Amino acid sequence: MISGISIYHILTLTTILFFIGIYGFITRKNLIAILISIELILNASVVNFVIFNTYLYPDMLQGVFFSIFIIAIAAAESALAVSIIVSFYRMLASVDVKDTETLKY
Amino acid sequence: MNFSYTLFIPLIPLFVFLFLGILHTKLKPKLAGTIGVLGLSTSTLLSYYTAYKYFFEVGKVDGVYQTFIGAKTTWINFTELLHIDMGVLLDPISIMMLVVVSTISLMVHIYSLGYMKGEAGFNRYYAFLSLFTFSMYGLVIATNIFQMYIFWELVGVSSFLLIGYYYDKPSAVAAAKKAFIVTRFADLGFLIGILILSYYAGTFDFQILNNPQGAIISNGIGASFMGLSVITWALILMFVGGAGKSAMFPLHIWLPDAMEGPTPVSALIHAATMVVAGVYLVARMFPLYYFIDGGFVLQIVAYVGAFTSLFAAIIACTQNDIKRVLAFSTMSQIGYMMLALGVSGYDGHEGLGYMASMFHLFTHAMFKALLFLGAGSVIHAVHSNLMKDMGGLRKYMPITNITFFIAALSISGFPFTSGFFSKDEILSAAFENSKLIYFVGLFVAGLTAFYMFRIYFSIFWGKEKTYKHTPHESPLSMTIPLILLAILSIAPGYIHFSDFISADRGGFEAHLNYPLAITAVVTGLIGILVAYVFYKKENNIPEKVSKTFGAIYTWTYHKFYIDELYLFVTKKIIFNIVSASFAWFDKKVIDDSMIGIGDATINSSEKIKKLQSGKFQDYATWFILGAIALVLYFLYKN
Amino acid sequence: MDILSLFIVAPIITVAALLFAKNLKQSRVISLIGSLVQFAMAINLIFAYLAERATGNTAIMVFTKSAVWFKSLNIRYDVGADGITVFMIVLASIVVLAGVFISWKIKDLPKEFFISLIVLATGVYGFFISLDLFLLFLFFEVAVIPMYLLIGIWGSGPKEKSAMKLTIMLMGASALLLVGILGLYFYSSPDGAYTFNILEIAKVNIPAQVQHYLFPVVFIGFAVIGALFPFHTWSPSGHASAPTAVSMLHAGVLMKLGGYGVFRVAMYLLPIGAMEWSWFFIILSVIGVVYGALAAIKQTDLKYINAYSSVSHLGLVLFALLMLNKTSWNGAILQSLSHGFMTALFFALIGMIYERSHTRDVRELGGLLKVIPFISVIYVIAGLASLGLPGFSGFVAEMTIFVGAFQNVDMFHRVATILGVTVIVITAVYILRAVGMMLMGPVKKEEYYNFPKATWYEKTGIFLLLIPIIIIGTTPLWISDIIMDSIKPFIERML
Repeated sequence: MISGISIYHILTLTTILFFIGIYGFITRKNLIAILISIELILNASVVNFVIFNTYLYPDMLQGVFFSIFIIAIAAAESALAVSIIVSFYRMLASVDVKDTETLKY
Repeated sequence: MNFSYTLFIPLIPLFVFLFLGILHTKLKPKLAGTIGVLGLSTSTLLSYYTAYKYFFEVGKVDGVYQTFIGAKTTWINFTELLHIDMGVLLDPISIMMLVVVSTISLMVHIYSLGYMKGEAGFNRYYAFLSLFTFSMYGLVIATNIFQMYIFWELVGVSSFLLIGYYYDKPSAVAAAKKAFIVTRFADLGFLIGILILSYYAGTFDFQILNNPQGAIISNGIGASFMGLSVITWALILMFVGGAGKSAMFPLHIWLPDAMEGPTPVSALIHAATMVVAGVYLVARMFPLYYFIDGGFVLQIVAYVGAFTSLFAAIIACTQNDIKRVLAFSTMSQIGYMMLALGVSGYDGHEGLGYMASMFHLFTHAMFKALLFLGAGSVIHAVHSNLMKDMGGLRKYMPITNITFFIAALSISGFPFTSGFFSKDEILSAAFENSKLIYFVGLFVAGLTAFYMFRIYFSIFWGKEKTYKHTPHESPLSMTIPLILLAILSIAPGYIHFSDFISADRGGFEAHLNYPLAITAVVTGLIGILVAYVFYKKENNIPEKVSKTFGAIYTWTYHKFYIDELYLFVTKKIIFNIVSASFAWFDKKVIDDSMIGIGDATINSSEKIKKLQSGKFQDYATWFILGAIALVLYFLYKN
Repeated sequence: MDILSLFIVAPIITVAALLFAKNLKQSRVISLIGSLVQFAMAINLIFAYLAERATGNTAIMVFTKSAVWFKSLNIRYDVGADGITVFMIVLASIVVLAGVFISWKIKDLPKEFFISLIVLATGVYGFFISLDLFLLFLFFEVAVIPMYLLIGIWGSGPKEKSAMKLTIMLMGASALLLVGILGLYFYSSPDGAYTFNILEIAKVNIPAQVQHYLFPVVFIGFAVIGALFPFHTWSPSGHASAPTAVSMLHAGVLMKLGGYGVFRVAMYLLPIGAMEWSWFFIILSVIGVVYGALAAIKQTDLKYINAYSSVSHLGLVLFALLMLNKTSWNGAILQSLSHGFMTALFFALIGMIYERSHTRDVRELGGLLKVIPFISVIYVIAGLASLGLPGFSGFVAEMTIFVGAFQNVDMFHRVATILGVTVIVITAVYILRAVGMMLMGPVKKEEYYNFPKATWYEKTGIFLLLIPIIIIGTTPLWISDIIMDSIKPFIERML
């Protein structure tokens, strides 16, 4: 419970954060940038979890636990993604998303 | 009396056919010919024996000739009522036909030994002759209408095979095809007629159908179609079949072309036996034709017969190919027989026309076969069919000359020949029934005498032509049948046919009708005289006459362009318009629409494929847009 | 092992043995032995069937065998035979045997070719003996799929396209059929004990409303392979591209599955639907009959002529089935048999001519009677049989159909019948046209004189097919009696 700041302010913030992430995810050409956008989306949802927990069910901790889960999984995921991107870079000398189409064939 | 041995009459030629057909490459021609002749002789003897037994010993019970079933077995079952039997039916006309077929066929078999000597397909030829004889026997002894139809088709195919005997000659192939298809077209009528008749009568069997006291004739059939009883329709359609086989106008076009076959074949099939099948059919079903709807169909038969006899006789006067003249003459004479049937009554002397028709069938078979075989003998000698290549042959071929002369007299109705008697009966029957038909018949008699002596004088008299090889008389195997047939062209006239064959089977006394007979003879003599003047010596009268007639002559010479009309209908309309458009329709519409469905599938998949770009950002966009859409939907649903 | 299951086992053993074959010689000998065994079994089956009936067994199906296969859906391995089945099996075995002889000198991949051929045969046998709809459908697919390979690999001309067209159209039909079969399944029992068994379903009266919708689905599903107009278009190009033996089997046997299926499933299980819909399909089939024949007149490729002729002849089968009386049904079965032998013979002969002349264009051929007399004479005989000459099977079948069809009194059926009868003339035209152009006339090219004569295996194949045509044509009584006997249950259902 943070005085002076209502849940709406925070939710507005996370929504903006979320859509910045979405926007970045769709429009970025660089794989690293896309990965960062995914991190933004995940962070937006992590904040949401914490906020909902704090504001609505202050005597419970599930939301907090879940946010920690997400952070852990996000870390694992970005490690995996970065490794794929690195090997992709080694192969094609590019981290451009449109070059990944070659993987189709 | 047990007539079951009659089964062998058709079976022997069948076995000969199978034997020669299977071994035809292995046998020596001489042996094949001998087998053919021997086999047929046996059948002929059996036929004669049957005829003797039937007519003189057991046939007549209480003054009426009975019908015997020599043998019978069920061949296939259709429904409870309808089944095809195969059997042997013996009654006056079937036995008479047996005698005709046997005699002519035997003569042709013997004659062909000489005529076909050295031909490449000699064995094949004899096999086909046997096949034909078998089929013709089967046709005449049929116990039911469907058996008749079966053998009707078989004689058709034997005719096809024999016309196309010289199969590497395109004209022969075309003629064979034409003969088969035209008669097949007529058979379509026959078949539909059978279907109608059998459905309403509930049987195929001749004995039940033809019984004048039977249910079909006495009660009639209630159903009618377009104002006529269905049975009448059936009989009309069956007559169409008969008209096709017997080359009646307008289904006659195949017969002249059928002369492409070897000449003995023309004598056997296209003069004496197969082409009279139509007459035989009407005679076989005569009680039905006579009693149903008051003989309505017989009227049609009479007029078609009369018209054809006139039509063909006119054309015969202008043809230059001797076999074609004979072919048209055959058509004309068959028209005569039809006419006689058409004007016939039923009881006793009323049935004169029926008897006359059968009588003429008999005598015509003999003298027309003789004419064809004589023509064959001439063709054999000069290697041409055309009259312009012949002339003055009487010196080289005395036997052919005399026998041909006898036949020509007989067909012209010269007194004391068989043709005189039968023609007289026909004319008196016509006279009693319809004057119009009588005068047509009389006129045709005169024309017949004219065209027959036209070819006789042109061949054997007239100016001698220069021949490559000097013509010589044909070998014995050919002249003996000629002599025998010459005797048969005179002798049968003295048989009292009316004792044996009559519509009601009772027999009656037939007399020469002197006024009519004299008129007919005078007409015939005029015809002969005109021919004598025109053609005895080389002169230019015929040309002048043909010039005076001008357009009519040209029309007649081209057989009134009926062939061209048919050709137009079949080639232009059926082949090029109907069939071609069907083929086009199939290719362009049906097939392409199926292919079109396939192509449409491919095209739409090409379109949908673009969505699957493989770019995950595109997918994400769609996913998110979809999610938003769903959210909006649920938010504003209400 | 019961007598019917052997018909599935024997080909499977043959296929297994073929896997070990090393070359053409071995594979053809193995297939020959296999198909000879099947042929002997088929002939034996006729006698066994007659003996069984003679003992007084009047069940609808004899030699039945039943085993559970897939319990939860109540799919069973149910087989049985009646007179119709017996003759169909005989037809199939003879055509397969003749097909092996005709493919005696096949060049590419002989082992695989014979394997596909025998697999196809397995499907056909299985289809005929199945009493379980699911099993029937399964064997149907087994018969259709090898066709794709056989045409696509060993065919000629635009073979890939033809094979694709054929397979896709037949698969489309199968899809419809599957819907139909499932429909039957879910109405097979009022209390939820669903069954695929034909005899069981026949005991239940499916509601008329349902029959109304199911009949066309099942009918078209089967009729596509029976070349119903306008779904016949796979057949000309398919036949034209297929190798000889495959054309024979396809036209001779596979297309019969259509008529047989229509009769056994659509007519037998959905009688009310059949009566309601018959007028519509009669129109289609009469169009097919006349149209196929007219289209054949204008074709120049021998195989196309024969394919369109098949459309016409098989149209007659469907036409007869739809006439809904026992005479015409009898005719339909006879026509199936007759057409099977005749068309197989035709395709065999066309294959032989093609092998020698390397063309199937009738305009380029000519005078063959002079150079290959045996083959040509048989071609003439086959042609005459096809145009319905008495003494051959075609006549018996057609006449039975026409007489049967004429038993329907109303104007519609009469007109349809008379239109159907006209086909005897049109058939004569296209047969004689081909015979006249190709076999008769002068020999067109000098090299035709060098054509080799017919070999022993070609002659054997020809005689195998010709003899049944003559047997049916000359002594039809016993065959039609057996068939008539087997039709009785159908009649009872229909009334």
